[in-house]
Amino acid sequence: MRALVWIVEDTWEATVAEAAAYLPADAEVTLLHVAAGDVESLAEGARQGLLGRRRHPGPAEPPQPRAISDEAAEALLTDARARLGREARTERRRGRVGHEVAAAADGMDLLILARDGDHSRLGPRSLGPAARFAVDHAPCRVLLIWADAPPGLDTIPPPPRHH
Amino acid sequence: MPEALALVLSLLALAGTLAAAVARSRWPIEAIAAVAAAAALVAIGALTPSAARQAIGDLGPTVGFLAALLVLAEGCRRQGLFDAMGGLMAAGARGRPRRLLALVFVVAATVTAVLSLDATVVLLTPIVLATAARLRTDPRPHVYACSHLANSASLLLPVSNLTNLLAFQASGLSFTRFAGLMALPTAGAVAVEWVVLTRFFAVDLGRPRRARAGAEERPPLPRFALAVVALTLAGFAASSLLGVAPAWVAAAGAAAITIPALVRRTTTARTLALAAEPSFLVFVLGLGVVVRAASDNGLASAARAVLPGGVALPELLAVVAVSAILANLVNNLPATLILVPVAAPSGAAAVLAVLIGVNVGPNLTYVGSLATLLWRRVLHVEDHQVELGEFVRLGALTVPAGLVVATVLLWFSAQGLT
Repeated sequence: MRALVWIVEDTWEATVAEAAAYLPADAEVTLLHVAAGDVESLAEGARQGLLGRRRHPGPAEPPQPRAISDEAAEALLTDARARLGREARTERRRGRVGHEVAAAADGMDLLILARDGDHSRLGPRSLGPAARFAVDHAPCRVLLIWADAPPGLDTIPPPPRHH
Repeated sequence: MPEALALVLSLLALAGTLAAAVARSRWPIEAIAAVAAAAALVAIGALTPSAARQAIGDLGPTVGFLAALLVLAEGCRRQGLFDAMGGLMAAGARGRPRRLLALVFVVAATVTAVLSLDATVVLLTPIVLATAARLRTDPRPHVYACSHLANSASLLLPVSNLTNLLAFQASGLSFTRFAGLMALPTAGAVAVEWVVLTRFFAVDLGRPRRARAGAEERPPLPRFALAVVALTLAGFAASSLLGVAPAWVAAAGAAAITIPALVRRTTTARTLALAAEPSFLVFVLGLGVVVRAASDNGLASAARAVLPGGVALPELLAVVAVSAILANLVNNLPATLILVPVAAPSGAAAVLAVLIGVNVGPNLTYVGSLATLLWRRVLHVEDHQVELGEFVRLGALTVPAGLVVATVLLWFSAQGLT
């Protein structure tokens, strides 16, 4: 069995714990992180907007957005592999997040991901746009986990009253 | 030369200078283009040599002031001030994204006001990105906050934005009076950003988290750099009492933070010269001459026809709207150079209204101005696809509200002015 575990910053520990608990011992595990290129572009774009200034980082300047997020993603995947406690490949991608997750799931048997949407009102939006896209388009089975406790039945709203 | 022809040639020179500033090149082509355009306009008689000399003389002190501020900010970075702020924000957030955003607001607004928007964009934004990554939370709201506050919080002091420096002299205000009049408008613009950003990113900020943070780093606060910045600020405040131009205070601050490093050889003269951005300073001088040529040949009278004269609330709102639109069309530096001389005869409130427009307005289009964005598209210099929708939606939610709130508060603050 080939399993892809999608690691996202806010929910990474929950996702890895679930993968460690439910994946069979012989599963080949890949830990995936996708960087949203547009956040880095925003940081770089603000700099380009400084008309005539600092188009190129000087020798003594802090590292640039892309390098920062690459390094952070690497550190996150390293921590995730340590938390998983077993052999795992790691994969880093960059771009439109949902599309990249779906593409990375090609050839996999299972995709594990966390809900990333609005949990104050459980409904279609309890998945954010990226997770929604991955769930709809991943070419494999999907295991969707809760980063917090699963909801009780009392979160279901009462049916509308008919007159 | 007929004035209409001189105007057309001046506007062409302005367009060429701006295009050069937007193109991405290893060489300082924007400075070369600005100087060439200015020289050409003088050579063909669109501007007399004495008017060009006067334009350079007017801008000279401002450009020197800017150079000192850039060197001061670079000194703070070298001393580790921004790294230390990253550590403070990470520790203060206690793993909660909304707390981190509040701290990013405080730090970004302060850095912008005191060390200018350049410092926030160039030096603080990478630190905020790294801090969010270390806390293992989505960096998006925090990077947006930096990018927006670099503009919205740049109203406060004459040193917060180059546009303010350009208008400071024309406003006729002292450093402290400027700050006093702009305090409420700045607070209003920042409050609008907080309300809109926390709502826009409510889901990202309230997401259930189960994520241990990465390795913690707590670099110590560099006391010397903080002391230099505090004393420089105090010097700005006292400058009008002492009868010293604030530019000299900035120069003293830059020298205080730089000379020890030069003596201890922790920096080089070359790094310092690069930090002062000589090509940018030349570009500003050239741009000033080119805009003067266009203004003298009819652009100023056109602007006078559009810009209302009084300082009652409706007129101030109109001035802000015109300034914001022009800043988005041609970038905020040329917009300031064109509008401030036209607004100045109406008084300080009108000049400050121009600043609200040219400082807050650029958030409408994420790279500072629509012009920059469109030029870049036209010139195919964008090497990665940028998702525009989110930037523009957030700009549309914050900018009109921020402009109106800041203008009403400026009008309120300026009631004592005659």
